[in-house]
Amino acid sequence: MGTATLPPPLTKKDFQTDQEVRWCPGCGDYAILSAVQAVFPELGIKRENFVIVSGIGCSSRFPYYMNTFGFHTIHGRAPAVATGIKAIRPELEVWVATGDGDALSIGGNHTIHMLRRNVGIKVLLFNNKIYGLTKGQYSPTSELNKKAKSTPFGSLDRPFNPVSLAIGSEATFVARSVDVFQGHLKDTLKHAAAHKGSAYVEILQNCNIFNDGAWFSLTDRDARSEHVLQLEHGKPLVFGKNRDKGIRRKPDGDFEVVQLGNGITESDLVVHDMHHPRPSYAFQLSHMEHMTDFPTPIGVFRAWGNVPRYEDVMNQQVQNVIAKRGRGDLSKLLRAGDTWEVK
Amino acid sequence: MSTLAEIPPVKHKREVIDQAVIRFAGDSGDGMQITGNQFTNTAALYGNDIATFPDYPAEIRAPAGTIPGVSGFQLHFSSNEVHTPGDAIDVLIAMNPAALKVNVADLKANGILIVNSDSFTENDLRKAQVTSNALEDHSLDKFRLFPVELERLTRRSLEHLGLDAKSMDRCKNFFALGMCYWLYNRSMEPTVRWIEDKFKNKPLLIEANKLALKGGYSYCEATEAFQISYEIPPAQLTPGLYRSMSGNQALALGFVTASQKSGLTLFQGSYPITPASDILHELSQYKDFGVMTFQAEDEIAAVTSAIGAAYAGALAITTTSGPGMALKTEAMGLAVAVEIPLVICDIQRGGPSTGLPTKTEQADLLQALFGRNSEAPIPVLAASTPADCFWVAIEASRIAIKYMVPVIILSDGYLANGAEPWRIPELSDIPDFPVTFATDPIGFQPYRRDPQTLARPWAVPGTAGLEHRIGGLEKQDPTGNINYEPLNHENMVRIRAAKVAAVAQEIPNELPAGDPEGDLLIVGWGSTAGSITSALKAQRAKGRKIGHLHLRYLNPLPSNLGDIFKRYKRILVPELNMGQLLWVLRAKYLVDAVGLNKIQGRPFKQAELEQKIEEMLGL
Repeated sequence: MGTATLPPPLTKKDFQTDQEVRWCPGCGDYAILSAVQAVFPELGIKRENFVIVSGIGCSSRFPYYMNTFGFHTIHGRAPAVATGIKAIRPELEVWVATGDGDALSIGGNHTIHMLRRNVGIKVLLFNNKIYGLTKGQYSPTSELNKKAKSTPFGSLDRPFNPVSLAIGSEATFVARSVDVFQGHLKDTLKHAAAHKGSAYVEILQNCNIFNDGAWFSLTDRDARSEHVLQLEHGKPLVFGKNRDKGIRRKPDGDFEVVQLGNGITESDLVVHDMHHPRPSYAFQLSHMEHMTDFPTPIGVFRAWGNVPRYEDVMNQQVQNVIAKRGRGDLSKLLRAGDTWEVK
Repeated sequence: MSTLAEIPPVKHKREVIDQAVIRFAGDSGDGMQITGNQFTNTAALYGNDIATFPDYPAEIRAPAGTIPGVSGFQLHFSSNEVHTPGDAIDVLIAMNPAALKVNVADLKANGILIVNSDSFTENDLRKAQVTSNALEDHSLDKFRLFPVELERLTRRSLEHLGLDAKSMDRCKNFFALGMCYWLYNRSMEPTVRWIEDKFKNKPLLIEANKLALKGGYSYCEATEAFQISYEIPPAQLTPGLYRSMSGNQALALGFVTASQKSGLTLFQGSYPITPASDILHELSQYKDFGVMTFQAEDEIAAVTSAIGAAYAGALAITTTSGPGMALKTEAMGLAVAVEIPLVICDIQRGGPSTGLPTKTEQADLLQALFGRNSEAPIPVLAASTPADCFWVAIEASRIAIKYMVPVIILSDGYLANGAEPWRIPELSDIPDFPVTFATDPIGFQPYRRDPQTLARPWAVPGTAGLEHRIGGLEKQDPTGNINYEPLNHENMVRIRAAKVAAVAQEIPNELPAGDPEGDLLIVGWGSTAGSITSALKAQRAKGRKIGHLHLRYLNPLPSNLGDIFKRYKRILVPELNMGQLLWVLRAKYLVDAVGLNKIQGRPFKQAELEQKIEEMLGL
């Protein structure tokens, strides 16, 4: 029958390379690699159409371990390289692997401009709040007063919140997951893959050498449910070991943490709407973790599908001009304007 | 009140001459570049050979009437071949005291000086920082001075249109242009057509500009302002169809041509920078040729997006000037390491740092040759005239694709904005250079090389079975896997160098212009070609044995260069820098070449070169 001619479905193994993985034993990057290798075969995309682009840093070694097309570029520039690829080949599935230093420090400019243009690129931002490959300097997401190699008396600069930054850059898809939450991570990656425009996923990742336990309060089995709020579209913002706490909107518009019971029910809580047309709601969500006793949300903050992809409008503009003027005639172009004949 | 029409025409003498140099100078807001371009176009259409030199300030509108606000446009037009915009000028149009002050020193004795006398009030003089009114103090006595009330006369020509004074004054440049057309017996027709096109939807402005233009013409016709007018017959150029061409325009057309000849989509990643932005403006108009232009967020994204586009199978270019080149440095190294085709255009300007954004210089040569970390050789080509930019764009694209290398094109502000007549080529005379992408997975290795060119395969994403990884880390030859072994690294460094050196097989044997052997060889590159050619002609006419070699390929250098050097007693290397090619030639060939170096943001004058030539010949 016809099925006999179909190639066998891709498996996780098809996306593994013969290259020795050179991350430190115990690094959170292994978990992310495993999740991506597990998700890619499920996307229904031919292997040759995947391109992984990266910058510099531990996370940026990612392409070498994925049996797809891969381009390990230079520090911070992966989004710009990926934009060039998408412009020429919009049908390719381009993923960028980057880190907090690569994407938010040296490459901050490219990150925000890729997001505002809504180039159809999936970004995996490995956030370990430290520079790993250069052996332990504080990063733009390190907490204030971080004592690291280059800041023995504490860092002085306030950190970026990567989710807030992306939302402020007009990103159309912003999510967060955690390296060790494999199920959640895979689901989040699938959500990102399904999004048409720029999909930006911050992955909280542990660097067990230079910043071990940076996310411990979120990943520790006993504490996590008190500190993590899992965002689910259409569901109220509930968290806590016994799912007994929630986020309610105060009359002034700010959020507050409330204890459920005593007349407070889930119907009083904010209901998550990842398709909210305005970014202000998602921004507010992204910022609540900075307030005392508030949880850190994970999941999809924002998925706004009404914005065309940059590579599509770019190619469409070319097609529109061709439709209007006809395909350019080079001979005519060279002879355009005022000409004169010398006999 | 008498009108122009009532004044009976005066009989003038008409004299046939073979060339003239005219310079329009005024405030940045006076439209001098448009005026100059119009005269240029008219002269070109008439069949003169031309060379132009637009010279304008970096400020869009410096305070009106001041010295920093002066903008100039010089045109040399002739019935013979011309190679430079001319050293000294025959006619100067000065729209205000500042323009007069800045430019009058270049006017020949007995030259024609048309001055807008309406802008010589106390206030105008103060803004130009002059204490004495040149129109009254006899300092201009050695010139044929024509003070013309340009504003009053223009307003009078337009008074019935109901325009405000400011709009009428904006037309005074065309009044002056009309005068110049009369002076050189030129048709106003091409400019009238331009006006009608430019102000398509503003009939009042069409009328006003046409009236001002014709007003200037009639003014000369009707008054006794000039006793004489001139005729410069067409030049005897190679037969063919011509158009006027600037360097930036030629680069853009060259790349569109290269795109068609290679069958690849043209992608330009660029960030606005003077004097390169016009290439982006030009190419962004050519979407009907499938051209994709990307105005990136910065110079680095401009080059890296182009690298991405090249990786995906496009003919990718990035265009910039010196400061942007500096920013692209690391990315060029990446292009060297991953061995993909890319063309980088550096339209040089005065530096260092921001330097002189609108002035020309040749001081990025060593940056182009060496300005990257570690051993990262890149082929470098330089255009020698505005129209030559067309051919260099095609050649650079061809080499980039054939050898899988980034290629740098050096142009400069003078070529970018200067114009010359361009004989339009037949497309069929330009060879195709089709591209073969790798498709066969059997035996595919990303760094397996073509034995003749050492090029690696171009394996674009989306090709089944060719999945592979590339990047800036050192590669294993030929698998492309990461490899830190000492001998592999040395091998790869040598291969990349050998590949660039192999480009020399593309370079035809050089043949010096002028004497094939003799007392002096002048070696130049880039935009000095015209000045050197003119100086060479003049000196050889005096019987001097001189040759001229103008290098298009600066890396690798032509194979027979060393042999040529041996045929001359001395070598002169004129450059608009501190001696960069000189440094390379002395280092590589151990020759005692001598430099002539000018770093003033301006091209060489023929006289400066001739003086140095005579000095070197012991005359």
